Amino acid sequence: MIQMGASYVVDLVAKTPAEGLLPVTMGGLNLREVVLGVMISLAPFKGQDVQVEKLLGGALPKVGRSVSKAGQEVVWFSQGQYLVIGGAVDMLLVKHAALTDQSDAWCAITLEGVGSEAVLARLVPVDLRAGTFKRGHALRSQLGHMPLHITRTGKDAFRLMTFRSMAGTMVHEVTHKIKLLSARG
Amino acid sequence: MRLENKGLIDRTQPVNFTFDGHHYQGFAGDTVASALLANDQRLMGRSFKYHRPRGVLTACSGEPNALVTIKRGENVEPNVRATVQEIYGGLEVRSQNAWPTLGFDALAVNDLAAPFFSAGFYYKTFMWPRAFWERVYEPLIRRAAGLGGLSGTSNDEEYEKAFAFCDVLIIGAGPTGLMAALEAGRTGADVILADEDAQAGGRLLSETYEIDGRAALDWVASVIAELSSMDNVRIMSRTTVTGVYDQGTFGALERVTGHTISRADAPRACFWRIVAKRSILAAGALERPIAFQNNDRPGIMTAGAVRAYLNRWGVTAGRDIVVFGNNDDAHRTAFDLSAAGVHVAALVDSRPDVQVSGDFPVYAGAQICGASGRQGLKSVTIRTQSGTEKIASECLAMSGGWNPSVHMTCHMNGRPEWREDIASFVPRAGMIPGMVTAGACNGTFSTHGALAEGRKAAELTLAALGKKAIQSDPPEAEDAPIRISPLWAVGGTGRAWLDFQNDVTVKDVKQAAKENFRSVEHMKRYTTQGMATDQGKNSNVNALAILADVTGRGIPETGTTTFRPPYTPVPIAAMGAGAEGKGFAPERLVTSHESTVAQGAPMIEAGMWYRPSYFPKEGETNWRQSCDREVNMVRSSVGICDVSTLGKIDIQGPDAAAFLDFIYINTFSTLKPGRVRYGLMLREDGTVMDDGTTARLSNTHYVMTTTTAAAGAVMRHLEYVHQCLRPELDVSMVSVTEQWAQFAVAGPKSRSLLNELLDAPIDNDSFPFMGCGDVAIGGVNARLFRISFSGEHAYEIAVPARYGAALFDKLNEHAAALGGGPYGMEALNVLRIEKGFITHAEIHGRVTAFDIGMERMISAKKDCIGQTMAAREGLVGPDREQLIGLKPIGAVKQLTGGAHLFEPESEPTRQNSIGYVTSVGFSPTEVSFLGMGFLMNGRARHGETIKLIDHMRGIETLCEICDPLFHDPDGGKLRG
Repeated sequence: MIQMGASYVVDLVAKTPAEGLLPVTMGGLNLREVVLGVMISLAPFKGQDVQVEKLLGGALPKVGRSVSKAGQEVVWFSQGQYLVIGGAVDMLLVKHAALTDQSDAWCAITLEGVGSEAVLARLVPVDLRAGTFKRGHALRSQLGHMPLHITRTGKDAFRLMTFRSMAGTMVHEVTHKIKLLSARG
Repeated sequence: MRLENKGLIDRTQPVNFTFDGHHYQGFAGDTVASALLANDQRLMGRSFKYHRPRGVLTACSGEPNALVTIKRGENVEPNVRATVQEIYGGLEVRSQNAWPTLGFDALAVNDLAAPFFSAGFYYKTFMWPRAFWERVYEPLIRRAAGLGGLSGTSNDEEYEKAFAFCDVLIIGAGPTGLMAALEAGRTGADVILADEDAQAGGRLLSETYEIDGRAALDWVASVIAELSSMDNVRIMSRTTVTGVYDQGTFGALERVTGHTISRADAPRACFWRIVAKRSILAAGALERPIAFQNNDRPGIMTAGAVRAYLNRWGVTAGRDIVVFGNNDDAHRTAFDLSAAGVHVAALVDSRPDVQVSGDFPVYAGAQICGASGRQGLKSVTIRTQSGTEKIASECLAMSGGWNPSVHMTCHMNGRPEWREDIASFVPRAGMIPGMVTAGACNGTFSTHGALAEGRKAAELTLAALGKKAIQSDPPEAEDAPIRISPLWAVGGTGRAWLDFQNDVTVKDVKQAAKENFRSVEHMKRYTTQGMATDQGKNSNVNALAILADVTGRGIPETGTTTFRPPYTPVPIAAMGAGAEGKGFAPERLVTSHESTVAQGAPMIEAGMWYRPSYFPKEGETNWRQSCDREVNMVRSSVGICDVSTLGKIDIQGPDAAAFLDFIYINTFSTLKPGRVRYGLMLREDGTVMDDGTTARLSNTHYVMTTTTAAAGAVMRHLEYVHQCLRPELDVSMVSVTEQWAQFAVAGPKSRSLLNELLDAPIDNDSFPFMGCGDVAIGGVNARLFRISFSGEHAYEIAVPARYGAALFDKLNEHAAALGGGPYGMEALNVLRIEKGFITHAEIHGRVTAFDIGMERMISAKKDCIGQTMAAREGLVGPDREQLIGLKPIGAVKQLTGGAHLFEPESEPTRQNSIGYVTSVGFSPTEVSFLGMGFLMNGRARHGETIKLIDHMRGIETLCEICDPLFHDPDGGKLRG
């Protein structure tokens, strides 16, 4: 991470994955990039869940769920793997789990507004109805042809994450579907 | 002709459209068919094979005759059913399959030659000479027979696809579907009610029924109002459920904008995939025609269609209407017409014992045996026991009974069963898991029966979902019994049509049976009955009934052909929606993309990644100049290349080393932390899967590099091996490809350049060849690997991706001062060919470690994936084609990839090929083309001469067989 206050030969300027592409407001929907800060994937070693939970200060989420506590979110990410979002983790965890910095690997955007479910119904082949996919539910799926990690963050709000390199395509796909939906009138 | 005070059209909203260039007026609510009939235009198309004049037969989506083309230019849409297409202002409609005009069609001459065109004609006639089929006969036949044509250009209209999920999908919004939706909706279940029509109501829109003592449509309106107020009910109009697939998945086509000129930017259609826990099929029924001579004359329609045009659109298709049927339902048409003041010239019922009286002459026990009026019905001939009688008529309403729409129930290979009492096929229970059938599609034709079954279907469905229906009495409605006596075809001479769309007659079916095509599936293929876009909706049952008759079998024994999706045609554009243009594949852009494009580099796709081919400099007129310069630059100073696209997999855990030993043919447990090793992995069958370098960051932590193209496949392979083969190993892996922006810094001045930028300098001791470790640049933690794909003293530096763009620019800026700069894929390729390094051009899925000379890397001290299989007989030995280098030695200096290798003296035939070329490039270092390839027993033949022949490009080059390592064979530069 950046060490502040020192002076170096070079000054590397950081860019966010969707820099210059967002925000977009269209058809009553908002699409904006969220900078999630430090993201660390965490995969407990065999039989280490209890130790991991102790050091994390809370229970690991169930499959397809997200838990938040004191500004830090732990979200199910894939089989046996979680993503810890926001804030550093206790480095003692390295003894009990594989920790990997993923802060720069994913482009995260939020889609908010009435109709966001309808937009996603055109891109994501899973059941996102409010009754089945509730706030705090998370899934790995597809967004068009892209890999997707999706979390419902509110009644009409979703966080969508795809590979950083696909940020442009993700923004294009979502805005295009919003456009088509708005055009129905 | 339009009748006053009849129909559901909005007479306050006239709509102007054109048909074959002529202007017509209809009203909002009209279809093309109803509006044309209102304008006395009965002739709407020409038939497929004989170009016979045809009018509209039905008022539904099963229409076989009235197919039209709408719109123009690239947006043209052929084969649109005039019965489905709603009119809107400015709509352009054209008839199809007629030239020069619909009224005078030159190819109608086919009709005169009809005796030659019967079933089997093509198979028997266009056999000789053999070569004529593709070049002469087929193009001719295709031009003469056919439907509407596509524009031949890309259509820029938007299409869409979407997914929906529900507890209950109800297919059809007629009385059955509405009742079911109401019952299910009231319990709070998530309901989707889909109907292909623009308006809900189904058959009720076309009848004069009452429900609960009021007009049936008032009841429909009240149900729709209640359903619309429920958040848990989604009504999808203009949406045809087209197919049933596994696990409650349904395909459905929604016509979004085809009925209106507005909403120009909205998609034309949306293809839905609906996943439902349960489904209720309430698809209704389709009326059957009766076959008799010239029963295809424009003006002859099904009786239900005549009633629909009358009641829904206020239209009659002509004067002096004759009704002909074998069942009581047909009588309704006569009564409705009569009540509307339309002259009914006769009601002809084939049943002798029928009791009916009305304001019209009734012919019981009589049949219609002929019709006249080529471009529009003029008269029909009634055959009674006392003889024949010809009466003038412009419209004949015929009914051979109703076929329940069982199609969807058969999409998972079930077969319907024959019900003798109603002379129809009905669904069996359980043909589609989770589906209940109800109403007319179940053989229950009365309104009362439909409402009751709709309610019952909802109850059963809700019970299966663990919900209890709110008990309510079904509304009162007519409950007419079904009275029918089968009549499929009226005997007599001349052609009697069964399949109107594919021009199949009774005689054709008989001919098929005579030639021993007696199975219903064989008859279908021999006559083409049911193979047109309407899938034989009007003709299947009639045709099989006739086949049953001539073969002396019963209808149940004869059976139906297979109903397959889609129920109605679906544009390919709708199914492929979103998968064209930018939606075809995601664009993966590296962090240096913007800067690279700004430098004018042409981009190529590698996997989904976009990578630069080369970086053109001023004065360079072709890619070779740029490529040569970039190669020389790397060999003499320093080059920068974005290698972020290579797969990077973070592997951690107490058993990480053991896991890698099992994955790779060579050993990684012995690698020291801070060191990198080249590794090769095999598939389970012993063939090479991928290669790359893997760095050990700590005892329990490795970072694997894969090739760009195989990154996903390797990740999948690792997960497979871990989850299925070695679950006992405590290891986990995650992709970090996207986390790091990684750049190759290659060339003799690479270290000087890095030391200008790194926060602390490095030297040969801190970073020897194949060393790795953490460094910092501008205060940013980075990883540095001393690895080389060019053969030069080189590094790869990785920073978190957010800094990638900045670092790339910085590296280039400093490289430029040292006489270096960026290089692209072309130069990268030449550099690695000079060094004999392999890519997937070489490890293409058919080569073994032995073939590429790496069999000694397979460690005998441990087991690994593919080890045993790689030692199989035939996968090692002198007969194998082995990796070699190639250098031209004759007058021709060019080498080409894909060329084959032959002994200099042998004929260049397929049998004599002893190898092939995988990679070539012009080496500015060696000032020669260099190549890599595979040659039988090649490693033993270094120094010999071989002949390269590229049959495709016509190139023949004599080459020397070499060791593929051309540049710096002892590797001094790497370690420098």
